Amino acid sequence: MKQKLHLDRAHLLEQLKQMLRIRRFEEKCAELYSQEKIRGFLHLYIGEEAIAVGIMSTLKTKDNIVATYREHGHALARGLSMNSVLAEMYGRTNGCSRGRGGSMHIFDKSQNFYGGNAIVAGGLPIAVGLAMANKYQQNQAITVCFFGEGAVAEGEFHEAMNLAVLWQLPVLFVCENNRYAMGTALALSESETNIAKKASSYGMTAVQVDGMNVVDVEAASNKAVEQIRKTNQPYFLECQSYRFRGHSSFDGQLYRDKAEVKLWQEKGPVIRLIQWLKENNHLVETELSQIENEIKAEIQAAITFAEQGEWEPIADLSKDVYSPAIEAPHNVSQGEQ
Amino acid sequence: MTTQTLSYREALRAGIEQALVDDERVFLMGEDVGRYGGCYGVSKGLFERYGDKRIIDTPICEAGFVGVGVGAALGGMRPIIEVMTVNFSLLAMDQIVNSAATLRHMSGGQLNVPLVIRMACGAGLQLAAQHSHSWENFYAHIPGLKVLSPATHNDARHMLIQALADPDPVLIFEHVMLLNTNGEVSEQSDAAMEKAIVRKQGSDVSLLTYGGSLAKAMAAAEQLQAVNISAEVVDLRCLRPLDTKTLLASVKKTHRAIIIDEAWLTGSLAGEISAIIMEQAFWQLDAPVKRIATVEVPIPYPSHLEQAALPQVEQIVAAAKDIMVAH
Amino acid sequence: MLEDITMPSLGADMTDGTLNEWLVKEGDKVDVGDIIAVLETQKGAIDMEVYSAGTITEILVAPVAKVSVGTVLARLALTDTSSQAPLKKERTETLTTELKTSDVTKEGISQEVNTQDTHSQHDNSQEAGVNILTAQVESVQAEAMQTSRVLASPIVRRLAKEQQLDLAGIKGSGPQGAILLADLNAFLANDEHENISKTASSEQNMRQAIAAAMAKSKQEIPHFYISLAIDISAAQQWLQRHNKNKSPDERVLLLALLLKALAKSLLKYPQLNGFYQDASLPSSVFQGDVSQGEGFKQASAIHIGNVISLRQGGLLVPAIHDVDKLSVQEIMESLRDITQRSRTGHLRTSELTDASITVTNMGERGADSVFGVIYPPQVAILGFGKNKKELILANDKVTEVDKITACLSADHRVIDGMIAAKFLNYLSKQLQQPERL
Repeated sequence: MKQKLHLDRAHLLEQLKQMLRIRRFEEKCAELYSQEKIRGFLHLYIGEEAIAVGIMSTLKTKDNIVATYREHGHALARGLSMNSVLAEMYGRTNGCSRGRGGSMHIFDKSQNFYGGNAIVAGGLPIAVGLAMANKYQQNQAITVCFFGEGAVAEGEFHEAMNLAVLWQLPVLFVCENNRYAMGTALALSESETNIAKKASSYGMTAVQVDGMNVVDVEAASNKAVEQIRKTNQPYFLECQSYRFRGHSSFDGQLYRDKAEVKLWQEKGPVIRLIQWLKENNHLVETELSQIENEIKAEIQAAITFAEQGEWEPIADLSKDVYSPAIEAPHNVSQGEQ
Repeated sequence: MTTQTLSYREALRAGIEQALVDDERVFLMGEDVGRYGGCYGVSKGLFERYGDKRIIDTPICEAGFVGVGVGAALGGMRPIIEVMTVNFSLLAMDQIVNSAATLRHMSGGQLNVPLVIRMACGAGLQLAAQHSHSWENFYAHIPGLKVLSPATHNDARHMLIQALADPDPVLIFEHVMLLNTNGEVSEQSDAAMEKAIVRKQGSDVSLLTYGGSLAKAMAAAEQLQAVNISAEVVDLRCLRPLDTKTLLASVKKTHRAIIIDEAWLTGSLAGEISAIIMEQAFWQLDAPVKRIATVEVPIPYPSHLEQAALPQVEQIVAAAKDIMVAH
Repeated sequence: MLEDITMPSLGADMTDGTLNEWLVKEGDKVDVGDIIAVLETQKGAIDMEVYSAGTITEILVAPVAKVSVGTVLARLALTDTSSQAPLKKERTETLTTELKTSDVTKEGISQEVNTQDTHSQHDNSQEAGVNILTAQVESVQAEAMQTSRVLASPIVRRLAKEQQLDLAGIKGSGPQGAILLADLNAFLANDEHENISKTASSEQNMRQAIAAAMAKSKQEIPHFYISLAIDISAAQQWLQRHNKNKSPDERVLLLALLLKALAKSLLKYPQLNGFYQDASLPSSVFQGDVSQGEGFKQASAIHIGNVISLRQGGLLVPAIHDVDKLSVQEIMESLRDITQRSRTGHLRTSELTDASITVTNMGERGADSVFGVIYPPQVAILGFGKNKKELILANDKVTEVDKITACLSADHRVIDGMIAAKFLNYLSKQLQQPERL
């Protein structure tokens, strides 16, 4: 561990549990997908858990979160119930988006969780807009925007960077650099692969973090969030990470070496934390089993919840395209509705 | 009720100003809307009066600032985004279609995006191919959006307020050829946002149109009067959702319809309206529905070619005579 | 506990996969996450992992094999049987069932339709007069809707259909001669519509319908014929007195008296007023009584069909309803009405399909007598010949009388000669007291 923080054992165990929760959930999703319970696309967060867990633990409820289609981990870390997330992937009405969105469109307004976006870099301008509202309302809230390093190639990334700094908006940009944008390695798509450097060229504070180390991530995020709240300036965290599975379920991973994958797995966030805790006598085997069992039970309950969920009646197909009708504004002449 | 004569741009400005005054969540954002006074002078003077927090100049990044508008609307603001012209909206189409139009549905009804996007549109200023588009039909195609076309000065004045009150994203198309024209503005809007209006009563043929073509249809109706053809002119006003009730009532009355649309014919809204008439008023028709639209060529620069491409009054008159007369 | 290891779905559109290679064999112990096989997909070779720990008990599919997603490839005896029950592998039933239900409903509807079709086909094969007459009406209407000959705007078509007008008789001034609203309005404003010319095919349809009905009648109904010369002097005198100061369109014609007499006679001899029922005839033909079996079914009302010749050829046989309940004047009005409507094509389907007996009046055409063909499923048809003056010997004096010959064609399955004769005589008697008709 590089940094020593005021972290106690309880907190570390909590972080471990959160990461394991995500890990086991994602593994179960892979299995459910292979049995056609989950359909469409499935993008797993396995290997990257430290980023979501580390950052979410530094945020407040009033803060906004914008994420991508690889957002199950972020949703769980944020506090969306596993039940509602899984039911959403099952397409049932008891899912957080009433089953309308699926894996890529997890939304929960009560948690200020704004998705769940399937357009690469599409969430960045939206995050800047949310931050603009925060600033205007002077509510001390910030907006955190998660995206992969693949988004850096899109025009909207650069537009968002520019606007955030230009207008001094409270955004925390978190680039989860897992080195592969679907099947294209970073070096094959960026002339300048140092992403933090790109961000700082816009005048933004930009820091690189070991995304496999939940303690490092949390420490960096704490610092960033504090600065953003104080100065209303955006901040950029580039978290170096790796995804252990393919881009999505149907990925033969022809673009990378199995040896490379294995290497990263050995320094994965969960393993490393467990190792450290054990080495420092902060973790006993029985505690770990207990955590695993609790998670297993939670997952099983989520499966039951999802299986029992209802299918939305086809008669309601056109629901929620528009908001319910509103009162006419005062300008309209009487009787002319 | 008092009326005043304003230019179209003054009417728009008055609407924006009312919005800013009535609701502190409202702000105007776009390229050159502030210090420049607006590309077409619509927001002239507002920056000086309301400051840089209410009138925001953006860099040239349509996708970026339209996306910011979406986020700000999600976060509780009421942004008026001005995309300089519809021609540049292509850069922002991802945010308009994949974010603004779909967030409500994708989130299962949790979110709504109360965003207004204003865009100048249309041809006639010899601005050539990339600056003369009519793409109301692109956007009228998208579930989740509402599309308005204020063809009169009073609508230019009041439709913005109605749009801001709508909880869903509304696009407003302002035809460039109207900006300099003068017209009557009253204290109240002519009708609810989603209603079409019969601007002139008639009994022989229905002229259905919107936006910059309304004036041409009205002029044609005048000329037709002189040859005893009574044309009814329907201003569609709202292109999504279409006020099918009003337009069908007109066709059922006159039994003949001509649709005037400044978009290119193929895939135009005129085709959509023609299909609606076919489906719902077939047994009322005494003649096939006619469409007058722009010739399918990128808008040329020289005036005579530009005008030859666009719908003209003479064409409307000729079509009406043709639809009436037996052979 | 045994668990199935199935061909996994790895993508949204994957329906089957190819098992390339097993990396385990029966008896091998496996852990969660172990790669146990290699699958071939469009995107290349993909490792297949196992989701539970246990021992491979059976390998069911040998490589290289292409199988559907969900196919059981092997079985596993689970080591950890405590907390986790094997995942239900059945497909989500609800949605599929829902869809199936709606499919069934659609099928149900189409089956209903099919039943109706076969039913009506069965009817057609019986060729009841009912259907022939219906066809006549429909062919008139069909003419109005025909697109290949007549062009007309949609609104014209609709209005013409509603008013049962034949478009063939309307001149069109629109493009390609299409009939426009203005043309229709001009046509309707014009009172003289005597010559609504039917197109050749319409007349042909009618001819065919008549031919079919007549042929069937002769094939199936054992006709017998009986005639009686009736003295109608009294009736003629009554008519003269009655019509004295009346305008032409108020005058009563002999036929009205004949119809009333017929109606009264049918009250006395109801055996001639009804239908011969085959088992397959639609029950709608029989007002009220729908008992099964073959034989005579009494009509519950006296609706007399009148053969009306059309000027352009062909004929229609509209009925006057409840003739027994009408006065002679009312019968005359009805006659006028149906005659006119026959000529303009404005008859109602019910008028053409529910006669319980038919009258054919050849008097004006100059025939002495006419032995008509019964319109099935009716059981009789009454024909009248022309008025002839005769000298008879009555009370030892020679007097001139007016006589017409009434000819009854009757269905010998249900009517015998004696009844027929009595009926005709009764009819004759009624005509001797026209004021009581």
